[in-house]
Amino acid sequence: MLPRGLKRKCSEDEAPAGPLQRQSLLDMSLAKLQLCHMLAEPNLCRSVLIANTVRQIQEEMTQDGSWSLPGPQTAGRSPRDRLVSTEVLCCSAWAGPAPAPDPADLASALQAVPATQVPGAMPGGPWDRAVPGESQGGFPRSLDQVFGTLESQGPGTVEELLSDVGGSYCDLDAVLMGVVGGAKSGPEGLETFASVAAPPRGTGCKADLGELDHVVEILVET
Amino acid sequence: MYSFITENLESIETWKKKQFFLSFHPPAHHWVLMSHALLSLSPHPTADIISTVEFNHTGELLATGDKGGRVVIFQREPESKTAPHSQGEYDVYSTFQSHEPEFDYLKSLEIEEKINKIKWLPQQNAAHSLLSTNDKTIKLWKITERDKRPEGYNLKDEEGKLKDLSTVTSLQVPVLKPMDLMVEVSPRRVFANGHTYHINSISVNSDCETYMSADDLRINLWHLAITDRSFNIVDIKPANMEDLTEVITASEFHPHHCNLFVYSSSKGSLRLCDMRAAALCDKHSKLFEEPEDPSNRSFFSEIISSVSDVKFSHSGRYMLTRDYLTVKVWDLNMEARPIETYQVHDYLRSKLCSLYENDCIFDKFECAWNGSDSVIMTGAYNNFFRMFDRNTKRDVTLEASRESSKPRAVLKPRRVCVGGKRRRDDISVDSLDFTKKILHTAWHPAENIIAIAATNNLYIFQDKVNSDMH
Repeated sequence: MLPRGLKRKCSEDEAPAGPLQRQSLLDMSLAKLQLCHMLAEPNLCRSVLIANTVRQIQEEMTQDGSWSLPGPQTAGRSPRDRLVSTEVLCCSAWAGPAPAPDPADLASALQAVPATQVPGAMPGGPWDRAVPGESQGGFPRSLDQVFGTLESQGPGTVEELLSDVGGSYCDLDAVLMGVVGGAKSGPEGLETFASVAAPPRGTGCKADLGELDHVVEILVET
Repeated sequence: MYSFITENLESIETWKKKQFFLSFHPPAHHWVLMSHALLSLSPHPTADIISTVEFNHTGELLATGDKGGRVVIFQREPESKTAPHSQGEYDVYSTFQSHEPEFDYLKSLEIEEKINKIKWLPQQNAAHSLLSTNDKTIKLWKITERDKRPEGYNLKDEEGKLKDLSTVTSLQVPVLKPMDLMVEVSPRRVFANGHTYHINSISVNSDCETYMSADDLRINLWHLAITDRSFNIVDIKPANMEDLTEVITASEFHPHHCNLFVYSSSKGSLRLCDMRAAALCDKHSKLFEEPEDPSNRSFFSEIISSVSDVKFSHSGRYMLTRDYLTVKVWDLNMEARPIETYQVHDYLRSKLCSLYENDCIFDKFECAWNGSDSVIMTGAYNNFFRMFDRNTKRDVTLEASRESSKPRAVLKPRRVCVGGKRRRDDISVDSLDFTKKILHTAWHPAENIIAIAATNNLYIFQDKVNSDMH
């Protein structure tokens, strides 16, 4: 089928999606997911459906060979070009102003949680857990992307992401997805998307994640 | 037996033929506007969006909830011979603030006061009771009438001030005197802190003692008299939230079997569960799922298969589900596929990408059975709503709008044209207004009276030709 002009995001006819439509659909979906996360209380159903759509597109792109799996950065040039566009999307989407962080929250949370080892990374698709181990441990590699972009924006946005953290109410869910679990204690929860399924390999947005990784892994153990 | 008129009369000849036809066949439905209420109670117009509509078990009362946390109850006036033009119309009976916006200090978030669902309890005495819920908290409200008041107290005067005892020379027995009807609403129970995620459904059990509430990942069972604890009967939260791919979208108790309930998912499946089988009903008794049609597969297949509403038939034999493009009837005895599928607006199938872009694809439409389970109804866009007759397989599209809301005007069937021949009053797909969506509809339990919510308008239509259910 003939690809439409680049400006048009959605083709009128729902013919089988060519690679351009698929890419623009992926871009749109990622933008929606990021918008979800910026909302105070995103709709969990909507987030899950969009995340599943992203996964579906990525799986098809992987099968087609137009997208290499994460791991050694030996991908060809053309997939990287496409990935760049979604990274640009990631970066710009996080460019919004963040609410003023409450340093006390994060500080107390860090004190409450013991330090952990950094588990080894596992190759796989963007949805696979990069870190094996406890049920509450690990986070997908794609979150490197998220935290990478946040880091580059400054501490403000990091605080926003981790602002749910607080004492015994903290769950890994809260850290990764902005969901405060704690069904045991019964507080209300916040829903966001399952995770931002950005391309697992970051190029332009890769920042120094060392410190941030450590912070997140500490919180993982709560 | 009846049939719908789905074509406009075009000429005298056609009209004559139709009269001839009608003389041998029962007349079609003539839906006529009974009542039109405009919700404009608050200074914030965005809060006046109706978010749920529900008839009580007799149909005498109709409750609406809105985005501002208010509940408005309409009551059907008894038909009177002295005022024949107001035959059994619905008028406002009571208005109260059910939920207020709350602030979650833990997450610095406001909890929306929008009423997601209202369910009436079966009436057990002179009072009426209903459950209303927002995203987090369910409340039980008792509605009572007061039309008499005691007069003639010995110690107090008319205004309630204590009398000077020296003026009291004789004793009298206070008597009840009639007064203007006063409707009093009071909150009897508040069921809070049961849900981490957003409540999407509540359903009263046929035992009239318990009810369930469902959020995206869990379903809880409550006793109507106990507010400080609930039983978790379904939990689909994965150990790792990254593995989350499916959420609960709706749930309902079986109308007759108090141990059975169904819940629907975002992947288009239905699970029938038996509470007698286990305390935690994570294992379904039956799984209803239609295999995907490979020819129609697209990236949006899963999203459009997500079930937005599930309703048991009054008989309890069937279930009705609504997904983005269709309504389906399922037989409880057949899990493999629905027994009937009706296309609500299949012309949108080629527009799914645009509808994904503008988020309309996530709209959650409800569906409804008529009292005899012979007709099903659901809303669509452009203020259209659709009815499907299961017996005759005819369907009709009607519009709920100001233009068509002239009293006693018969609703004219509408048609969406998808190219090709276009008739005079047809609407083309591209001129549909996607901001005008009919998400909430309700059907009177015994009569052909329907309630349609369109943004802040409530329309109540009655079938004037066939008032009783067929």
